[in-house]
Parts: sequence; structure tokens; C-alpha cells
Amino acid sequence: MLKGTSTNLEVTQLKNSNWKQTLFVIFDKGSTTIGLVLLFIILSIVTTDFLTVDNLINVTRQATVLCIMAVAMTFIIITGGIDLSAGSQIAVSGVAVSGLIVAGVPIPLALLLAIMIGGLIGLFIGTVVSTQKIPPFIVTLGMTTILSGLAFVYTQGNPIAVSDAAFRALGRGYLGPIPIPVIIMVIVVVIGHILLTHTRFGRYVYMIGDNEEAARLCGINVNLVKTGVYVLGGAVMAIAGIILASRLSTGSPNSGTGSELDAIAAVVLGGTNLFGGEGKIIGTLMGVAIISILNNGLNLLDVSSYNQLMIKGVVILLAVWLNSIKARKKMSV
Amino acid sequence: MRSPILELQSISKEFSGVKALSDVSLTVYPGSVHALVGENGAGKSTLMKILTGAYNKTSGQIFFEGKEIEQMDPKLSKKFGIHCIYQELNVMKNMTVAENVFIGAQPVTKLGLIDWKQMNDAAKKIFSSLQLDISPKMLVRELSIAQKQMVEIARAISQQARILIMDEPTSSLSERETEVLLSLVEELKKKGVSILYISHRMDEIFRICDTVTVLRDGTHIKTLPLKEVNNVDSLVELMVNRKVTNYFNKVKVVLGKPILRVENLSKRGVLKDISFEVRRGEILGVAGLVGAGRSEIAKALFGLLKTDSGEIFIDAQKVVIQKPSDAIRLGLGFVTENRKETGLALKQSVRANITMSNLKKYVKYLLVNQTDEKKMAQEYRKKLNIKTATLEQPISSLSGGNQQKAILSRWIIQEPRILILDEPCRGVDVGAKAEIFAQISQLAQQGVAIIMISSEIPEIVGMSDRVIVMREGSIAGLLDKNEITPDNILKLAFGGGVSA
Repeated sequence: MLKGTSTNLEVTQLKNSNWKQTLFVIFDKGSTTIGLVLLFIILSIVTTDFLTVDNLINVTRQATVLCIMAVAMTFIIITGGIDLSAGSQIAVSGVAVSGLIVAGVPIPLALLLAIMIGGLIGLFIGTVVSTQKIPPFIVTLGMTTILSGLAFVYTQGNPIAVSDAAFRALGRGYLGPIPIPVIIMVIVVVIGHILLTHTRFGRYVYMIGDNEEAARLCGINVNLVKTGVYVLGGAVMAIAGIILASRLSTGSPNSGTGSELDAIAAVVLGGTNLFGGEGKIIGTLMGVAIISILNNGLNLLDVSSYNQLMIKGVVILLAVWLNSIKARKKMSV
Repeated sequence: MRSPILELQSISKEFSGVKALSDVSLTVYPGSVHALVGENGAGKSTLMKILTGAYNKTSGQIFFEGKEIEQMDPKLSKKFGIHCIYQELNVMKNMTVAENVFIGAQPVTKLGLIDWKQMNDAAKKIFSSLQLDISPKMLVRELSIAQKQMVEIARAISQQARILIMDEPTSSLSERETEVLLSLVEELKKKGVSILYISHRMDEIFRICDTVTVLRDGTHIKTLPLKEVNNVDSLVELMVNRKVTNYFNKVKVVLGKPILRVENLSKRGVLKDISFEVRRGEILGVAGLVGAGRSEIAKALFGLLKTDSGEIFIDAQKVVIQKPSDAIRLGLGFVTENRKETGLALKQSVRANITMSNLKKYVKYLLVNQTDEKKMAQEYRKKLNIKTATLEQPISSLSGGNQQKAILSRWIIQEPRILILDEPCRGVDVGAKAEIFAQISQLAQQGVAIIMISSEIPEIVGMSDRVIVMREGSIAGLLDKNEITPDNILKLAFGGGVSA
């Protein structure tokens, strides 16, 4: 009798723990996906304009700059770093490309130069971070004001308008029904994903973010990989900056301000560990989708931009809080 | 005879079924300096932690001034005046000496603000009573290690310490600083403080202690007045572990040509004139106490420690090793002593950890061929019997032994010619130990030269073809196969003579 009872108890406990386990796995693997789906469904119901082809293409087009930035940021954060100067890098590349085009430099060369400037900025950050052992937070915080100042000095504070049609097509054109910036974004995402998961470079990025010392002991050139991540990051940020300038037909020293925070938020929403070693491009895409759809939805709902700021902040905090619960759960499992 | 201040009777401590201490008794009298000696892992730390309340005893009795204490806990232990000065000092670097002394008990004025004047005066008084000259207003980070230790001792005094446990207090002190510390111990003794002195340095023990307790493998071997101990050797004899465990299965290998030769490697204060060579198929054991410079040899060979002088030769060619990638290129591999800190990428999969140093092997057209990579990981999972549900789960979910096997696989895949193993079986269960040693023996058979650092004397005795014993940064002696006995190793490690 007594034996029977205890067995029953065990079974219940087992069931109970299985049930919890299942829920945990769903939560663990898909909390961001669930959030995204819920957001999608709710907006489809409460607004009439959300679920239309035009609007969805519009959302995607508006998401391109954020998405490209977030891909670069994913690499940086997986190494355990951060780039707070991403927003001012957008401004620098935007005014650089506009200035060059206005000065008569052929467009392909202007694009290449702007991307190279981005790469050089990354090279500087990466070298300081990896050889001087100064935390990336501090280095890029300093870079933020340096670059922002640079953009203002170069433009004398005035936006540079570009009327060249070919350049404007980069941000506004279509290839068939698909916006050109979306095509560029897809290319960046696919290359980013392959680089991160299928090359030695990408694998080293994870290892360095997870345990830098162990990586060094395995013969990995830690400084080179870290610097490479920032160089690549700078070049990709420049691409984002070019697209933004093209969309606005203007290179403005004010553009991109604060966008680094959206990019970081998207990466963290996508499940990338802020302390490094963990993260996926797919996750970042989800994070970008959430932020972009939220922006779009709030606009459609006529929420004032001030309120939008607060709502976005609350959503980000909520998501990060859920992630930290997950992390703690994992520790105790 | 005075009555004892503290008595431990038949203390045992188990960790999930494994006995760390069994039936250990210890009696401490006021004003005595009681030495606690034993090999690494003899149970000294466990005993100390039971005293400070960090661990609960499994059985046995504790009496403080004749009254039985049910279970010691950190608060109670503090209340009784039991203080411990650990090897890793516990001071706040950016605060002043006085603040450190009175941390958590700062005197306050009527307004509730810290009374700096009173605090500085009181600190000064304590230091002068110990005949020490440290200014209370200095920042602790400006002090030497020895002075930081004094600050900790002063803190204990300010809290009316009655029993002071000192764990290897002189291990990082210079000779002069050691003198100051030893006279401080005399000073404390005069004040009636009892001292439990844990040390590997026999000369100090003979100088300042009056009683000695010897532990071995968690058991109490003997407690006797130091007057009755004849010399260092007879004390070491008591500490020696004569137990022969046979899970090593070391296969005899005909040694080949020397691969690695080290000449006069020196680093001020760390390594002194280290010279040795290792041959193909040889297992060179490196024994000695913790901190004797064993791991530093490995670090110097792997480009992790810059030496002041000395040369390294591989195949009789002089080589320069400045970073781990240089060492790997020259055919060296290194399994470090601290898996979690320097070995594993804990969030990554078992597979990623196995292939961490050898990803190059699977690259085709710039991409990592994951089929090849998985095949290799799978092969070694079988070969080394790595127990894991899948190769894709994080390596943090594996037991210590299986993690260690994954790291070993990593380096075997690398096909090193010289493999350095630092404590290869630390925190590894007995079953996995046997498997790891079998692999090491097999590598030697294949002609790999192995340098094996270990604190476990049976491991050294069971596996090595030759042994170098380190003491205070130099090679205290080189033992050939027929001289490798626990007695010889320990005598060299503690500074005695070798008996053939």
C-alpha cells in the first residue's frame, strides 16, 4: 500500500517535471518567436492596414538599415564586445559618400571609399580593444563623439543633398517588386550567417567570446580575430549608412543618432548573450523584426512618438528580463 | 596542564559518499603554535573549513572551551574568535589600512559618521602592539604582500581572535618578510592566541611550532610534540602515502631519441636554472608541492610565461616560443590544470570543444566541412569513451572526467610530438582516471614525449619513466625509473636527502 503510494507520487512528480520541462524547452527555444507571432497576430486584428502587401514591404524596407547594423553588432557582441559608436559610423559614412558624390567622384568609387573609411574606423577600434586591452564599451563610447564631431566638421553642420538618381536607387529603387535595399540586406544576412557558422573565423568568434584564454591556448590568434570583427563591423555599418543616405537623398551628420541602441536591442532580443559566446544571425533577424513591426504598428495605431519611445523601452526590458530568467534556469538545470 | 581551548574528536566529513576526512582529532591549547602537515589533498583544507564553519562535519564532536558545539557555522566561529588567513588574501585594495582592519566594525561618531580619528588611532595601537610599522592611512594596494597579510592579522586581532589559522602564510613571502612573520607569530603566542599553522616548509615548522599533527589521505596519522621529532625526514616519513593503486597500466616503451631539451630556463622569483630533456615515448613526471614552479615550466614551454634566460631545443634545433600558436606549430600540446578557466569554452558544444584547436583540418574551400568535423568528434567520442547524450549539447553539462577526455581528444587529434599534461586527473572520477591514463600510456607508445605534472604521488610513481622534483622554483632532483618512490619524491619536495 505504502509502496503503491510512493510510486504514484513519483509518477506525478515525473509527469509534473516533464510538463515543466516541455514548457521550458518551448520557452527556451522560442520565446522570441512566440513574441513575434503574437505581435503579428495582434496587429493584424487591431489595425486594418498592417496585414497588407504594401505595408509589409514597407516594413521590410524600413528595417534594412537596422538589420544590416544588427548583423554586424551580432558578431561584435558574440566576441563579448559592443560598439556604441555604430550610430555615428552611420553618420560618417553617410556624409562621406554624399560628399564624395557631390564632389564628382564616380559612384562605385565613392561607395568603395565610404566602405573603406568604415573599415578603417573598425580597424582603429579593433586594434585599441585587442592590443591595449581597453574595454570596447569605453573605446567605442569615445569613438561616438569623435566620429560625430568629425561628421559635423566635415559638413559644417549642414546636410549634403545628393540628387544623383543612380545613388538614390540604392535606397529607394526596386528590382521587380523587391526593393533594392532589401536585396542588399538579404545578401549581408546570408553572408553573415555563413561566415559565423561555416568558417573558422566565425567559429573562433564564438570561442573567443566564450573563453578568450582557452582560445589563445588553442593557438587561435585572438587579437587578429577580434580586430577582424571590428573591421568587418565598420565596413558593414558603412553599407547601412550608405543605404540610409541614399533613402534620404542626403548625407546628414545627424542621421543614425541613437540607432546603435536599436541595433543592440535587436541583437539582445534575438537571444545573443551580452557577455559573449552565444548568439545567432537568425535570432537577430527576429529581434529586428520585432522592433520594426512594433514601430510600424505603433505608427499605424497613431501612438505619439513620445509614447512609442516608452513602449519600445518596456518591450526591450521585458525581453531581456525573460532572457535572464532563461539563463538562470539553465544554470540551475 | 592548561585546559584546551578547542577540541575536535573523531571528525569525519563526506562529500556525496566520498570520505574527505575520517576520524580526525585535534586539540588546541591557548598560546600554542600547532602545525598541521600532510601532502596535497591530505585533508588539511577540509579540516580548516570545518573549523571556520564553511563545511558541516558529517560526524564527530567539536568542543569549544569544554562546551560541545552542535555544528560550527561562520557566525559562531567568528564569535568564538576563530579567524583564518587564507593564501589568497582577503583585503580591499582601494581602501586604507585602517578601513581594512575595521571593516564592518568601523567606530562611528554620534552623528553616525565614521570616526576616522578613532579608527586610525586604534589601528595604530594594534600595529604597535605587534611591533609593526604600517601607517593606518596608507592605501592597501600600496602595501607588499607581506604587509597585506599583517593587515589581515591585525583585523583578526581587532576582533579578539583567539585561534588564528594560517594557511601557507609564507608561500609568497621573501626570506626577510618570512622572518617578520615568524616573529609576529611569537608575538601572538605571547598574547595567548593559539595558532594553527599549515605549511609545507619544514624549517619554519621546526622553528616556531610546539606540536605537530600529521594527516594523510584524510586520516589522522599522529599528533606529537615537535621535541619528539628527530628531523625533517622522519616527519616526511609519516606523511608519505605508501598505498599502491594499480589503475595505471603503464606499458613499457623503448625510449627513442630526445625531442625536447631545455637549458637553464630562469625567471626571477619563479624558475631557477631549469634544465632537462624528454625523449620520444617517454613520460617525464614533474612532482613537487603546489607553487614549486611546476606549472610555470609548462607555461614557459607554451609561450605563456616570458623567461629571463634559458634556451629551448626541439630536435636539437634552438627554438623561440613566444605564444601558444608558436608552440603548437612546433608540435607541442598543453592540457592545463584548470579545465574551466583555461581549457573549455563552456557554452559551446562537445564537438566544438573537441575540434577547437584543430578546425583547420576540416576546411574545404574556406568553409568548415561539418560532416568531417562531426565524424572526427564522433570517432574520438568512441575512442575515449566520452559519455554524452549527443555531441551537440554544451560541454558544461558533462562530468569533469568526460570534459577532460574531450580536451585530451582535442590534443590527440592535433597529433602533438610533445604533450604537456598539468594535473590531467584533477577532479576526475576513478573510472575516467583509468581511461585517461590508458590514453596517455598509448600516446607514449606511439612515440609522443609526455611531460606530466601532478600533485598525486601515486600518479607520478605509476606513470613516469623519469621524474623531476621541483622545490621553490628549481629542480631539487631527478629520479630515474628505479629511484621513483614516494619517499624519494617527498623528501626532495620537502628538502631532505634521497635514499637509494
